[in-house]
Amino acid sequence: MLVCITLALNFGAGKVSLLQLIHADGLSAIDRTILLEVRLPRVIFAAVIGGALAVAGVVFQALLRNPLADPYVLGVSGGASIGGVLAILFGLGAAGGWLGNIAVPVCAFAGALAALILIQYMATVDGRLTVYTVLLTGVIFNAFAAAVIFFIQSIASLERLHDIVFYLMGRIPTPDIRTLVLLTCTTVIATFFLWFMGRQFNALSLGEETATQLGVPVESVKRHTFIMGSLLTGLSVSVAGLIGFVGLVVPHMLRLLFGPDHRLLIPAAFLGGGAFLVIADLFARLVLAPNELPVGVVTALIGGPFFIYLLRSRSRVYGI
Amino acid sequence: MASDLKAISLFFRYHTVDVLQGISLQVSAGQVAGLLGPNGSGKSTLLKILSGVLTPDAGHVEILGRPLTEFTRQGLSRKVAVVPQESQFGFPFSVLEIVLMGRHPHLGGITFESRNDINIARNALGRCGADHLAERCIHELSSGERQRVVFARALAQQPSILLLDEPASHLDIRHQVELYDIVRELASGENCTVLTVLHDLNLAAEYCDQIYLLSAGRIEAGGPATEILNYANLVRVFDTDIYIDTNSLTGKPLIGPMSKQTMDEYRKLKDR
Repeated sequence: MLVCITLALNFGAGKVSLLQLIHADGLSAIDRTILLEVRLPRVIFAAVIGGALAVAGVVFQALLRNPLADPYVLGVSGGASIGGVLAILFGLGAAGGWLGNIAVPVCAFAGALAALILIQYMATVDGRLTVYTVLLTGVIFNAFAAAVIFFIQSIASLERLHDIVFYLMGRIPTPDIRTLVLLTCTTVIATFFLWFMGRQFNALSLGEETATQLGVPVESVKRHTFIMGSLLTGLSVSVAGLIGFVGLVVPHMLRLLFGPDHRLLIPAAFLGGGAFLVIADLFARLVLAPNELPVGVVTALIGGPFFIYLLRSRSRVYGI
Repeated sequence: MASDLKAISLFFRYHTVDVLQGISLQVSAGQVAGLLGPNGSGKSTLLKILSGVLTPDAGHVEILGRPLTEFTRQGLSRKVAVVPQESQFGFPFSVLEIVLMGRHPHLGGITFESRNDINIARNALGRCGADHLAERCIHELSSGERQRVVFARALAQQPSILLLDEPASHLDIRHQVELYDIVRELASGENCTVLTVLHDLNLAAEYCDQIYLLSAGRIEAGGPATEILNYANLVRVFDTDIYIDTNSLTGKPLIGPMSKQTMDEYRKLKDR
């Protein structure tokens, strides 16, 4: 089954380069090697971000025992957005255009870490992390972050405002190689770490008390999940903005395909999320070529209707 | 006789409410002990302490002669299994997957269950008369079927001590009997130690060797079932009148409720 997804990912990625090559031949102006150096990292980038978001979605859904949770629900994305938007406001990424500069992602990631620490601190009651408190704190923090961002937008210059809006919509930038390597390593390590907890996530879906009685160290699992999932989310928001629906729709699709066992679901989500975002990014580049759509718009346009469809056809099973 | 499950003067306070006020009890291997008492008397809290979910404010628990605090979480779950009153299942797992989760304390790392684990799970399902449900999705089952699956999961844990929290409350009489027959069999056949919360006094009389009557966080009476289940004890603990007779087949107590109407007619009869 995993091989099947790996193939899907390779096929997706292969198709992209292939189409791009044909596309480039049509334009016949661009050197193929440059093409591979610009496009290939971008495809890898999309794959890693998609994987990170889908894995974060799976583990947050397991943590909250709610199939409707997504990576942004616990508030870290709000912190990352504030960090990124502030960096744009102060022109930190302006020198070489924000695509080429890592100032914005770095600030955004700092914002994500600050949010992570703050939310973890606020949601800990009597030394325990209560999932409902985490959820409420996250939702409220996101609302607060949205207000802060509106405020920043209202005082930003028109040019900066354009950058901010595009940043928030979510797009796959052409990254520098250091960001790519760092992001890939962190995502792979965090995914493996979460994968090792797969069986514990399964038990956790029976409720915290039953999971405890089955031998799961529930508090530490919850805390590690929150931190690792937030790290994945924070990283991907930092570099790519708010790309919606990947972390929500991909886990659902994969659960339909492979069932709810997290030992399969987590690696499948990494591969499937990657494949999904690579394809979405392909659309984003091709639909209005030579202009680009923000990939967040594409994922939302595909993901929204699909999610409603899933919800209506599967609501009986999930008991929603 | 060595007792496998022992609680020594447990105290537990939840916020400002004293839930348990000095509970001591012991159950020996091969025995089925019943925990009876009105709603809110602290039965479920006691089970949570005995299974290591809650930590008592004072007193301690011994499992197989060792203090509970010496066990690791996973080590404890290899010895003690719990069948809760109600279960949630979250994602749409299959019945077999749910039962296999009972193998969790016996596995390490990300390993998948072995053929041996699957055999244990299937045997547990078979024992509960639920092997035909194995491939079904847990969400499709009736509450009675689900309870049997949860019971099978506890069996798959292969515990030395089994704690049951009203496991039969959703079951019809046939399935109640089937479930408690398995409990009895585990106790006498496999020397398992069983403590079960029940509300059905007749089930308690039929299946339990020992009875503990719990009221407002204290043990009101404890001892052999036939001695404890008497009119005076039950009326005092449950604060309602009852009808009690002897089952002519078993010699065990037979207990029935008394409606207000019955009470009135009984009084009239007595006055005449």
